[in-house]
Amino acid sequence: MKLLVCISQTPDTTAKISFNADNTEFNNAGVQFIMNPYDEWYALVRACELKEALGGTVTVINVGPAANETTIRKALAIGADDAVRIDADPKSAGFVAKQIAEYAKNAQFDLIFFGKETIDYNGSEVGAMVAEYLDLPFVSYASKLDLNGTVATLERDIEGGVEVLEVDLPFVLSAAKGMAEQRIPNMRGIMTARTKPLTEIPAVAFDGFEKVSQFTLPPAKAGVKLIDPNEMVELVRLLHEEAKVI
Amino acid sequence: MVLVFAESPRGHFKKSAFEAVTYGKKVAELLGTDCVALTLGPVDDASVLGTYGAKRVLNLPDASLTHFDSQLYTQAIADACKQLGAQVVILGHTTTGKSVAGRLAVRLQGGLISGATGLPVLAGKNLLVEKTVFSGKAVAQYELSGAVNVISLMGNAVKPEQTGSAVASETLTLALNSSKIRVKEVKTQEGTVPLPEAEIVVSAGRGMKDPGNWGIVEDLATTLGATTACSRPVADSHWRPHHEHVGQTGIAIRPNLYIAIGISGAIQHLAGVNNSKVIVVINKDPEAPFFKAADYGVVGDLFEIVPRLNEAFKQFKAAN
Repeated sequence: MKLLVCISQTPDTTAKISFNADNTEFNNAGVQFIMNPYDEWYALVRACELKEALGGTVTVINVGPAANETTIRKALAIGADDAVRIDADPKSAGFVAKQIAEYAKNAQFDLIFFGKETIDYNGSEVGAMVAEYLDLPFVSYASKLDLNGTVATLERDIEGGVEVLEVDLPFVLSAAKGMAEQRIPNMRGIMTARTKPLTEIPAVAFDGFEKVSQFTLPPAKAGVKLIDPNEMVELVRLLHEEAKVI
Repeated sequence: MVLVFAESPRGHFKKSAFEAVTYGKKVAELLGTDCVALTLGPVDDASVLGTYGAKRVLNLPDASLTHFDSQLYTQAIADACKQLGAQVVILGHTTTGKSVAGRLAVRLQGGLISGATGLPVLAGKNLLVEKTVFSGKAVAQYELSGAVNVISLMGNAVKPEQTGSAVASETLTLALNSSKIRVKEVKTQEGTVPLPEAEIVVSAGRGMKDPGNWGIVEDLATTLGATTACSRPVADSHWRPHHEHVGQTGIAIRPNLYIAIGISGAIQHLAGVNNSKVIVVINKDPEAPFFKAADYGVVGDLFEIVPRLNEAFKQFKAAN
């Protein structure tokens, strides 16, 4: 079985967010970058588990500059067999999706995994876009995946519940919590990751129809107003008259 | 023309559908055109969408659209969009909307913003639209320059407004492919407002000490007509169902009022709730990081404070 896991590199959850002087670009200075948690914990680990149980290969793909290779090597240490890096500055979801689709269109993958969203742009866009380019079904927010031959059974998070469905391979999915448990790479994994193949591929041209024109930081909170624990009537009054939320 | 996909899972409209039509009407006014609503699958009463501002309401009652399949939905919306010559396509930023928005942008070769939080502004022929990024820590303004642009609208970003009158729905005929997805079962909590749609959320964490103590949280939620939520450790310990988990790994919400009870406010939790309009934090630890993100805070024993707050809300409800 051939599995593809698409991984993104994002600022760490705790990173301080700032922008360049004219507020058009994210300021990388001093920021710790990580593999997007949903790509790592849920998508990559489940793909590795399936490969270990059923045989096959796991390829990871990242669209990004050479500096992303630390993140890619980590994915190899967790259990992927080989990696592809499309050499480009990932300008938009549309750009990234086009690159992945171009790579995947003739590669005959049985399953293509994404995390449910990235923690930087929070768009949940790329998986759906790649599925459309490849004309494949897309199962988003999958919290459970089992395979029986070429038939997959999935659970998918929906508002206030879950949907249980079946779909035949090949298809594209985005993985949410429940799909797998986080896996810490062991020493053997880290050592073998160094020699696993990492192929660099040039990007294809793509002009999208959206770009970020400006970033702003939300206004700072005014600070908490502390209410005496015996004065809950006063809290209710403030929520009604001052905050106007009830 | 502005085309709004009004989502109706299992035949019933969601609040996101009314928000999307309300938003669509305003976008249509901005562009000097009309708002047309589209519903997919058999639906109870599509004419109601007229009251939210749809000039025309179209329904594609094909039974194969009863269950969600991103390929079929994309095909139907894109075909309707081309048939009608839409400039903007609007849909809710729900699990359904998110699975379709990216596909639509590719198929229509258009611009896309997912999770828009406000109305567009015109910049020449382009649209400027804002969304939150970096898990709520910043706002990005996108410039959309497609001949068609797709906007998925964040829940609770606009309030549904009934300003018009009902419009008889027209039946649309499109040839659809067959679905490759076989839905076996849908398990939902009927009778409760799903978290992403809730205007008031009462959420509790490890400070509750035991799942048997949740009665006071549920009582407070009942008084307020709120939806209950929980923090990650609570969901991980199976004290509460997985779908109640809000935060970075759970779901991100932006209610008008978020009441956090016995939750310390780790950054991963804040990432899912920091766009709530007003945050109330109840915690015994005055150093809990959540107080820094709160509008109102109460320091003390939640087992005393929550019932007292519930009584105060009951008094308020009785008097108003």
